[in-house]
Amino acid sequence: MSVINQNKSEKGFLSSIADHPSTDEFIKGVWRENPVFVQVLGMCPSLAVSNSAKNALAMGLATAFVLLMSNILISLLRDFIPKQVRIASYILIIATFVTVIDYAMQAISIELHKSLGAFIALIVVNCIILSRAEAFASKNTVGKSILDALGMGIGFTFALLCIGGVREILGSGSFLGFEFMPDSFEKWVIMVLPAGGFFTLAFLLLIFNSFKIKNNRA
Amino acid sequence: MSEHKQTENNPQGKDKKMVIAMGSIGLICALLIVLTYQGTFASIEKNKAEALEKAIFKVLPGISKTKAFQLNQDQTFSETNATDPKIPKVYAGYDSIGQLKGIAVQANGKGYGEVLNLLYGYDIDNQKIVGFYVLESKETPGIGDKIEKEDFLANFKAMDAALNDDFTKIKNEITTVKHGEKTNDWQIDGITGATITSRAVGNILSMSSNQWMPLIYKNKKSFLINDKSK
Repeated sequence: MSVINQNKSEKGFLSSIADHPSTDEFIKGVWRENPVFVQVLGMCPSLAVSNSAKNALAMGLATAFVLLMSNILISLLRDFIPKQVRIASYILIIATFVTVIDYAMQAISIELHKSLGAFIALIVVNCIILSRAEAFASKNTVGKSILDALGMGIGFTFALLCIGGVREILGSGSFLGFEFMPDSFEKWVIMVLPAGGFFTLAFLLLIFNSFKIKNNRA
Repeated sequence: MSEHKQTENNPQGKDKKMVIAMGSIGLICALLIVLTYQGTFASIEKNKAEALEKAIFKVLPGISKTKAFQLNQDQTFSETNATDPKIPKVYAGYDSIGQLKGIAVQANGKGYGEVLNLLYGYDIDNQKIVGFYVLESKETPGIGDKIEKEDFLANFKAMDAALNDDFTKIKNEITTVKHGEKTNDWQIDGITGATITSRAVGNILSMSSNQWMPLIYKNKKSFLINDKSK
């Protein structure tokens, strides 16, 4: 609730920087065109890996990294890639950075890598990344593509963290592994199961859309 | 007709451009992957060794230290510090007074998706498998990965792996049966819906136990700690 109030009071200030085109490239991914809550893309990892806040955060950051690096490379090579082979080239570049993050994740923590399992490799087919490559990076400068990727990456991580946070708090009585709920709290086991992912996503979409409708009316 | 078209679109020039583009992107990507592999190799190996050590403590309950032994060409075991993954190795676990509690053995095989890398603990005196841990798996999330869950692990609390009378083979082959049909201690209670993964675990354990257990039993003495003070 306090977040909304803050947003309202800073609206004048926010809209003045939001008018700047480069800030807009960044903000749109985080909020106005949030990949999960508005574009409803990348549902598979959003539902599958968000059973705890830690997994959600790791998945979000890994995806954001792939998105950023592939956006940079694709934007750099945009005049060099012939349009007939562009999708194949994009997939090749995306798959490379997924392999890079796969190795990096193993180097950081084997446990984390194990808990994300097959989903790291599946970042290749995350439609957010290909859609940003095709719709944005292939048509815009490197600077703009970086801002776009950062915005979308942070937006995706934020959305995953929201879903993961709700599911972990209700399903395991903890947040990022810290147990804070009293012992008498009965854990909602369904929230860590796949069905809980759908419930949480629907619930968050409802909140997000009601904000949007309110803002549009105002 | 075709010639006319060719000159019009100049497909040869286009083809060339496509091949060059794909080829050079491929090269850049290959270079990136090689660099990352080289850069992360040392820390990944270190992490894997740490994870393995933790897993050894999980599959051999009640141990307080472990030692690695390598299998020599003449089918005997000797203590080793080698890190080369190509050398076949087993890990002995000892309790706080230095008594041998069991041997942890690594076993690989094909799962439903990619390779399954397993670790199990073998109690030599009782000829039982006393622990099981999945080191690496890419099994289907929510289905095949149930082999890491408590219900399935209960199969390996005290699994019969007795040798036959001349100590050359396992008496009763470890097999996977349908869920709920387990009647003997050497059977694995399979997971409904994950038949292929549960069978794969049975096959890997059966192969590995037949290969290792007669050897380990025959060389039992080489795993004991030579305590000179006694």
